[in-house]
Order: sequence, then C-alpha cells, then structure tokens
Amino acid sequence: MISPSVDLIVQFGLMFAIGAIVAVALITIAHILAPTSKNPNKGLPYECGVLPDGDARLPYNVHFYLVAVLFVLFDLEAVFMYPWAVSLAKLGTVGLIEMFLFIFILLVGYFYAWKKGVLEWE
Amino acid sequence: MTDFIFLLIKAILWVAVGVGMVPFIIYFERKFAGFFQSRMGPTYAGPWGALQSFGDMAKLLSKEDLIPDWADKPVFRIAPYILFVPAFITMALIPFGPMGVEIFGHTVDLVIADFDAGVIMFLALGSVAVYGIVFAGWASNNHWSLLGSLRSGAQMVSYEISMGLSLVGLIILSGSLSFVDIVDAQAGNFWNWYFIPQIVGFVIFYVSSIAELNRAPFDLAEAEQELVAGHMTEYTGMRWGLFMFGEYVNMVVVSAVIVTLFFGGWRAPIEALNFIPGFIWLVGKVLFFVFMYMWIRWTLPRYRYNQLMDIGWKLFLPLAIANLAVTALIVSVN
Repeated sequence: MISPSVDLIVQFGLMFAIGAIVAVALITIAHILAPTSKNPNKGLPYECGVLPDGDARLPYNVHFYLVAVLFVLFDLEAVFMYPWAVSLAKLGTVGLIEMFLFIFILLVGYFYAWKKGVLEWE
Repeated sequence: MTDFIFLLIKAILWVAVGVGMVPFIIYFERKFAGFFQSRMGPTYAGPWGALQSFGDMAKLLSKEDLIPDWADKPVFRIAPYILFVPAFITMALIPFGPMGVEIFGHTVDLVIADFDAGVIMFLALGSVAVYGIVFAGWASNNHWSLLGSLRSGAQMVSYEISMGLSLVGLIILSGSLSFVDIVDAQAGNFWNWYFIPQIVGFVIFYVSSIAELNRAPFDLAEAEQELVAGHMTEYTGMRWGLFMFGEYVNMVVVSAVIVTLFFGGWRAPIEALNFIPGFIWLVGKVLFFVFMYMWIRWTLPRYRYNQLMDIGWKLFLPLAIANLAVTALIVSVN
C-alpha cells in the first residue's frame, strides 16, 4: 500500500507479467521440444495445394475501412456516456435532456450512414 | 511487503483456477459436442477420454513451429501474445469474494485490482484482441488469413459498440464503474441482480460477447468451409495453440465479467446460502455461462456475414440506445 495509483500499476503489472510468463514459457518449451527440418516448400503460404500467386496484401474492400471509421465515432460516443451514466443521479433533469439531445444528434449521423449504405453488405 | 505477498498468492491462485479450468473446459466442449451430435466425443486418452486435452497439449508442444518465408516475421511472432495476455489483465478486475476479509490476521480484499474505471478498462482490453487478430492475418501474407482477419476485425469492432452501449443502462443503475461496487449494489437475493432490470442489456451483451470471442454462430473469422482457418491458417504448433488457449481463457474471463455485472458476481442467489464461499459461487456461475457458449455453438448454424453485421448495426445498436434511454428516464423519474 503505497498510493492507490501505484498499487493499481503493481496489480495490473503483476497480472500482465503472469500472462506473459505463461505465454513465453509455452512457446519456449515448444521451441525446445519441437523438431525442425528444412524444406524450401515448407515456407510457402497455404493455398489449398495450389502454388501461391504472389503477395496476399492486395487492395481490399473499402467497406471495412468505413466500418472502422464508424466504429471510432460511435465508440467514442459510448465512452462519453459512461461519466454521464455514473453521475446521472446528481445531474438531474438537465443532464437527462442534454444527453437526449446528444443521442438525437448521434442518431441523425447513424441514420445518415444507414441511408448512405455503409451498413449494407452484399 | 506482506501486502505484495498476499497479492501474489491471490493472483497465482486466481490464475491457477481460471486458467487451470481451460483444459477441462476444452475436454467438456468436445464431449458435449459429441453428445449434441449423437457421437461419443474423445474416448481413448484416459477414462472417458478425460486426458484428451493434456494429450493435445503434449502434441502441440512437440510440433514444429513454422513461420512462412513471406510473412512479416516480428509481427507474426507477436500476434498470439497480443491475443493471449490481455485476458489475464482483465482477470485482475473481477472480485471473487468480499472486501476486507481476515486471513491469518491480515485484512485482504478478495479482488486483485479494485479499479474505479473497471468497466472501461474491460472494454479497452477487449479491443486489444482485435489487434492480435488483424496483426496475425496481415503478417501471414496469405489470402485466407487476410480475409479472415479483415472480416473478424470489422465484426469485433461492430459488436464492441453495442457491447459498450449495452452496459450504460447498468452503469446508470449502479452509479459506479468499479466491478466491486457493482457486485455490492447487487447484494441480497437474486431478484436484486441486474439481469432483471437490464434484461435487454444482458441479451445484447451476451450475444455481442459471442461475436467478440469469434465463436459459432459468429465465427466468420475462421469459417473453415470458406477461409480454411482465417487468421490462424499459417500458424502451427504452440503458436496456434496460444490462439486456441487464448480463445478459451477469454471465454472464461468474459463469462466471469458477465457473472459479475449481471448475476451478482460471487454472491449467493439467496442470502440463506451465504455459508458457501463466494469463490465457489463465482466459479459455478462462470461454468454455467461457459456451458451456454458451448450449447449455442453446437446448436445454431453459422450466420452469413451481412446478417451478422445487420444484427450488430441495425438491431443491437438502436436497441442498446433505447435501453439506456428508457433506463435513464425511469431512474430520473424515480
């Protein structure tokens, strides 16, 4: 017990250390036990038996990017609601109305994205 | 110093139980899968095949660790760790007994970290798993891996939104983000537990957690009929084992979070049963939810990708916002 924040760092750090030790130990044991044999064909990517046709990092659907952008927006808004939710009892009616306005603005953006077809996958 | 020793003992015991369950959970999953499909499941290793998981682990440890020539090697190596380790940090947040218990003359809190912003910490650590999967898929330099990790990344971030919003109603009721306070607010009999006022939030959270864990019916990331094994295609031996092990550790941890948030954590369902230690209640409830995951996995067919995204964005997101608005209104009117 030094101070609450140092305690938290120690507590989370300890759990991180245990997790990391378990993972590294497993990989290390496997590294010691496992056999190795060299064969140039082993290093090829798996393509169901067909020879790989070059680099896999081709351009992909922009849709994934749009979903990621929407995620950033909505997740930030979700995090913004947490402090409000904790202190709703103290904020009273004003806090409630303000959050409803915020949610309304959020929903306008949500339906705009929906109408623009960001949420459609074919 | 004694504080640190107690912390160390708590952490090691908690990890030993939480992670030590995993081989048995894997065994029971395979056994249940067998029963659900009218077959026997594992039978050879040990009595009723009970040692199957340990046999598998020995096999994985003695398998060659291949890294493809075209892979981005440092990223390829680090990806399984990114998926595996955050689950342990989340375990620190979960209370497994009352605060301030006397053990050998010491006052011990039966939680590893009583963090004020525990719920946010849990959601943040849940997001880290996305990096593990996207790194694995990108580094492998394989079409299947890349497609699987892209799908999985989009799926996990989509369901994270509904997961985050579904908890806001619960936070309004409890008035705290700390897991310890949330369990304390559910003291008493089982009708004080939050799954009753927050049943909508619970359903959204539970289904979203299946998508977060990439388990069937939402296991689009590793749909073997179309994508071989998604982001895990190029992984062999224990590196692949870390992905699987991590998936099951995550399953235990997310079940523990569900139990803590919605089902009274370590508390007994009725106060008369309080003589049974809280730890046993916690583990029992966690095993129940782990069994629910198995039941769902082996009962429902896999969803199509657009159905999956529709459920997340068009059903759960508005529903979660409606849930939090209604909860806020009712709490304010009272």
